[in-house]
Amino acid sequence: MNFSNLFRIAYRALLRNKLRAFLTMLGIIIGVASVIAMVAIGQGSKQSIHDQLSSMGTNMLTVQPASNLNGGVRIAGTSFQTLTSKDIDALKNHPQYITELSPSVSSKGQAINGALNWPTTMTGVSPEYLDIRKLSVKDGIPFTQNDVLTSAKVCLIGQTVIDNIFPNGENPIGKIIRFGHIPFQIIGVLSPKGFNTFGQDQDDILIAPYTTVQKRILATIYYSNIYASAASEDVTDQAVQEMTDKLRASHRLRDSEDNDFTVRTQQELIATLSSTSGLLTVLLTVVAGISLVIGGIGIMNIMYVSVTERTKEIGLRMSIGARGKDILLQFLMEAILISITGGVIGVLLGFLSTQIVTLTLGWPTIISQSSVVLSFVVCAVTGIFFGYYPAQKASRLDPIEALRYE
Amino acid sequence: MSKKALEIKELKREFKMGSETVRALKGITFDVEPGEFVTIMGSSGSGKTTLLNILGCLDKPTIGDYFLDGVDIKKLNRDELAQLRNHKIGFVFQAYNLLARTSALENVELPLLYNKEISVSERRDRAMHALEAVKLENRFDHMPNQLSGGQQQRVAIARALVNEPVMILADEATGNLDSRTSYEIMALMQELNSTQGKTIVFVTHEPDIAAFSSRTIQLRDGIIQKDTKNENPRSAKEMLAALPVTDDYNI
Repeated sequence: MNFSNLFRIAYRALLRNKLRAFLTMLGIIIGVASVIAMVAIGQGSKQSIHDQLSSMGTNMLTVQPASNLNGGVRIAGTSFQTLTSKDIDALKNHPQYITELSPSVSSKGQAINGALNWPTTMTGVSPEYLDIRKLSVKDGIPFTQNDVLTSAKVCLIGQTVIDNIFPNGENPIGKIIRFGHIPFQIIGVLSPKGFNTFGQDQDDILIAPYTTVQKRILATIYYSNIYASAASEDVTDQAVQEMTDKLRASHRLRDSEDNDFTVRTQQELIATLSSTSGLLTVLLTVVAGISLVIGGIGIMNIMYVSVTERTKEIGLRMSIGARGKDILLQFLMEAILISITGGVIGVLLGFLSTQIVTLTLGWPTIISQSSVVLSFVVCAVTGIFFGYYPAQKASRLDPIEALRYE
Repeated sequence: MSKKALEIKELKREFKMGSETVRALKGITFDVEPGEFVTIMGSSGSGKTTLLNILGCLDKPTIGDYFLDGVDIKKLNRDELAQLRNHKIGFVFQAYNLLARTSALENVELPLLYNKEISVSERRDRAMHALEAVKLENRFDHMPNQLSGGQQQRVAIARALVNEPVMILADEATGNLDSRTSYEIMALMQELNSTQGKTIVFVTHEPDIAAFSSRTIQLRDGIIQKDTKNENPRSAKEMLAALPVTDDYNI
């Protein structure tokens, strides 16, 4: 029997029982629609979690001087001075995976406003630092490249420092404070970031151009760190490699020598991110699987009922020349038609309900192509899998008994 | 000599019911020539139904031969038997067995759907043609529940004709019909037999119906009790004309 006849037979048989066919489809429709809507909601929230985590700077890289042997004595990395403006120039030379760079030098000291003082850290950086660390200026303005060139005595102030040296709620912008002996004008207030995972207060900080800190406070040409951001979180490893290669060249290290620096990434954040999204994916897959299996069982159930109820029809078809195979394929085709039609309706309903969720609840949703394709394929497979058994039962009926069945 | 429509030689059929063996047919031999109108009669338990199943290639004899249009059915498997039914037999059942919610035309088309040599347009033409033969061409789009019992049986006869079978095998085809409608069906059968030369094997237990055929085979306890030629079959058309005309029904 050719395919078009088979299709016609199954199609006509289904049309004869539109309501039942629809009710059977309902399981699949709801299954597919919920899979698509859930995955869309899941993807949406995954994206928003991703955005939140990225705001912590998942693509941030830090370079530190490494401990090294110097005449047999191991010297602690932090006191080892290797990073200079030459390294920055080398890294800035045709970057591939690195987008932003900032040197960093820091100095501990007292921030003084009149009679009030507070022990804090002044970090000297370039303007890109704010981007790399995902810091933002709440009030005022950030300093510029020009301030770096002129070693301007300007700084950005963290909330903790404000609370301690401007306790009466004055506006710190434009005020002159001292850090050690050097007067700085406050040009901006940093948005509070709170404590980090190690209990460090991230708002207990002053940020100034690195040249200012280097020349006016520390009198050094070295940097304590270099901060950089990779083009994206996914190319972090490549960015690490790129930085390593460039720094080794810049430091003229021979192949036999170890790195005299360490490039660190935000592995922990990335791991958190992927485990969160991994868990979501697993949960959604399980839910999807369950709902489609339930839909499939619905199909099997109805197909069984249908085979029993249509025993006489099967007998007739056999008596007028349908082979067992023809009957098997007819019922299988019916099951597949039900599941695929249900799948199509389910996809449409999934799109619709996703839109409704976004519009009414304002949840972020992303309809992923793979969930549509997957649920559709699973549908067809479900149809074949759960339709096969009843179809086989139908095909094995004895035509004589089937004809006499009442 | 022309090929026989069917040949049955020493046919036996036994069923195992637990430890007992039931011998439903105990050795039957007869031939049917093309163009014959045979009725097979017998009371219940005579082996009539068993013989019908074998004639219809739904069942195989335990011992003995059955040739349908020269084909030895003993050598065929399940699928080949189905194919043979599709090509050579037209069934007419007591309960019509039309597919519900399916138009007359689609019901008639049904056997052709299982014949892959027939194209879509040919299928439609032949089905329409078969409906014309039973004078229901203007009801082709009616559903079975919109047709009377007699009309439904005529659709079933059209379905039996559509594949141009060697033999029309009717199983108590008038059993569910009143006598007027039965006569109509028999008149149609006679017409198909005489004008189109269709071979008809009609299984019934009503002697009244057997009188319309050209030959009657009487079964009793699994053997042929009588095999009589009927030189002057009654004309169902004349019987019909003789019936008083009623207002509520017209052909």
